[in-house]
Amino acid sequence: MDRAWIPEGVQRCSAGVFYAWMALWLFVLGGAVTTALLILWKGLNQTNMNDYFGFGAWITADLGVIALGAGAFFSGFLTYVVRVKELKALINFAVIIGFICYSSALLILTLDIGQPLRGWFGYWFPNIHSMLTEVIFCITLYFTVLTIEYVPLILENRKIYANPVAHTLSHNFHEAMAIFAAIGTFLSFFHQGSLGGMYGVMYARPFAFREGFFVWPWTFFLFIFSAISTGPTFTILITMIVQKITKKRLVPRESLSVLAKIAGWIYCGYLILKIADTYYWATEILPSRGLTWLEQYYGYQYGLWLLFAEIGLCGIVPALILIIRRLRENDKWLVLACALASTGVLLNRFVFIVQTLAMPVYPFDKWYIYFPSWQEWLTSLAVVAYGAVIISLSYRYLPVFPYERDLNPPAR
Amino acid sequence: MSEHHEVASKEKYGMVIDLDKCTGCGACTVACLSENNHYVREDESDKLHSVTWMKVYKVTNGAPFPNTKVAFIPRPCMHCDHHTPCVSVCPVMATDYNPLTGIVSQIYTRCIGCRYCVGACPYHARYFNWWDPVWPEGMHKLLNPDMSPRMRGVVEKCSFCNHRLQKAKDKAYVEGRKDLKDGEYVTACAEACPTRAITFGNMQDPESAVAKLIKSPGAFRLLEKLGTQPKVYYLSSESWIRELADNALGRKKRGGLA
Repeated sequence: MDRAWIPEGVQRCSAGVFYAWMALWLFVLGGAVTTALLILWKGLNQTNMNDYFGFGAWITADLGVIALGAGAFFSGFLTYVVRVKELKALINFAVIIGFICYSSALLILTLDIGQPLRGWFGYWFPNIHSMLTEVIFCITLYFTVLTIEYVPLILENRKIYANPVAHTLSHNFHEAMAIFAAIGTFLSFFHQGSLGGMYGVMYARPFAFREGFFVWPWTFFLFIFSAISTGPTFTILITMIVQKITKKRLVPRESLSVLAKIAGWIYCGYLILKIADTYYWATEILPSRGLTWLEQYYGYQYGLWLLFAEIGLCGIVPALILIIRRLRENDKWLVLACALASTGVLLNRFVFIVQTLAMPVYPFDKWYIYFPSWQEWLTSLAVVAYGAVIISLSYRYLPVFPYERDLNPPAR
Repeated sequence: MSEHHEVASKEKYGMVIDLDKCTGCGACTVACLSENNHYVREDESDKLHSVTWMKVYKVTNGAPFPNTKVAFIPRPCMHCDHHTPCVSVCPVMATDYNPLTGIVSQIYTRCIGCRYCVGACPYHARYFNWWDPVWPEGMHKLLNPDMSPRMRGVVEKCSFCNHRLQKAKDKAYVEGRKDLKDGEYVTACAEACPTRAITFGNMQDPESAVAKLIKSPGAFRLLEKLGTQPKVYYLSSESWIRELADNALGRKKRGGLA
């Protein structure tokens, strides 16, 4: 039925199977959109956030997907600026994942502010001292860059490409892609850093506060490093999942290995810095505010296990797997490492966002527990459904993987 | 927005709360609610969603009966004087530090409700409007015309009854005066306190009651170690209360919320 829209020389499932698959995800997405409308209508009282937990599941999801979406800009930087040729096989897909992550972050942010219609105030009344202002500007601009990077791929759809205007436009976009990759890298460094800076500058919140360099707290740099190391692992993870579902090799194994190796070494560097930062925080910053390290952890919800899970299980373990060639060349080990590293960055963002607010600052106050409402869960998990829809459409109708035909020759 | 509050001004308003005099009656909270046009929901038992610019904490020394001691700590906004945590983080400059008065105020019509300031404030003095403000039939006629009600989805906080300052200044202007007399501008909570536990005034005026009280030997501020320089001071003759005010103090034996 849609054969004319499918790229030449590749095999796709039947239209019926595809539509059934899409219907499943669109059903989930429809539920999330209905919930989002409910929230916009009724307000944020539909969430379990409160005056202690001003930030919750949505900001965690936001910062999580933005970190995981960093695979787009970093792969772009490696492909177009550093010229790592192996990554050309992966860059289109990395851009799509980045586009999904950033667009969903912007959508969630719109839900998360109490006055969504005033969202544009962020551009109109910018406070240059606020890290959030930097985040607002850089994310918007970088999302524009991602859109510019995604558009030529859409224009390469078989039917659209037949149009001479689309053809020329796509070609010219490709010519300028190195410039956009460089711009994207610059913007991404700043907004990834500013997201970390947002928490590090809260000097009256001892759990999050960090000293730093000039106006940037150490969290600024830690968030950049964690994003550029775990973002690519997420790109690899999603690529492996798509390969599993489609039962095809879509990207040369070497491309995945090269990206995994680079991510692994950066992750090692990040972990060294993170451990040093945690040590300094525990031994210098907290005592200077009359607090001890163990006071920062509480019960099961906010226990020390979070720290060990983040730095140990989801930090050192995947980093070792990624830098040991024998392990990263094995698909199962690679998937495990990428899943753990991606979980690690989510844990890191959760801890900085939620545990910072859960910890009592007054000596006479107590710990509070936050658990998201079903509305928060559904709208956050909608990112998965949204991602599945975009990836499915892109995979079916666009030449996302340039080596797909070579890797999957037609059966004789 | 002023990041560094270095403007020399002859006015800087502050508050002193004598905890030895506070009975925890809650008159300050009620006066604040009334003065500042707060709506009250049918069920206000969930205090994590309840807007109380002047919140009264009930604390205990943690000792078993008969040595148990209880005190009340009224907590307005601290109007932090140094690198005000909420002011620097607001992305849209909806939070303002006035260098001429030291008052930290919120511009409700500019606030986008991102709640970054709620997270940055260690005193939990900032409240988000989770619901549309609704008053019982006819009660809107009793609203204070000098104070704007806040819409759903914005953050609000104690303003040291800033509108009262405007009124006092208008009166002084009409009377041909430039300066306010001590006690001419006071907050609703200070006015309502039946035991006179709350004193409010210009800290820069050495003759003001506030300026004298903050020099008392028992004067302290909440979470002083954080370096926010609050303009709300407390007085207490009880050492266990003073130890509860800062994490750096009284680490071994500590009370908590009663």
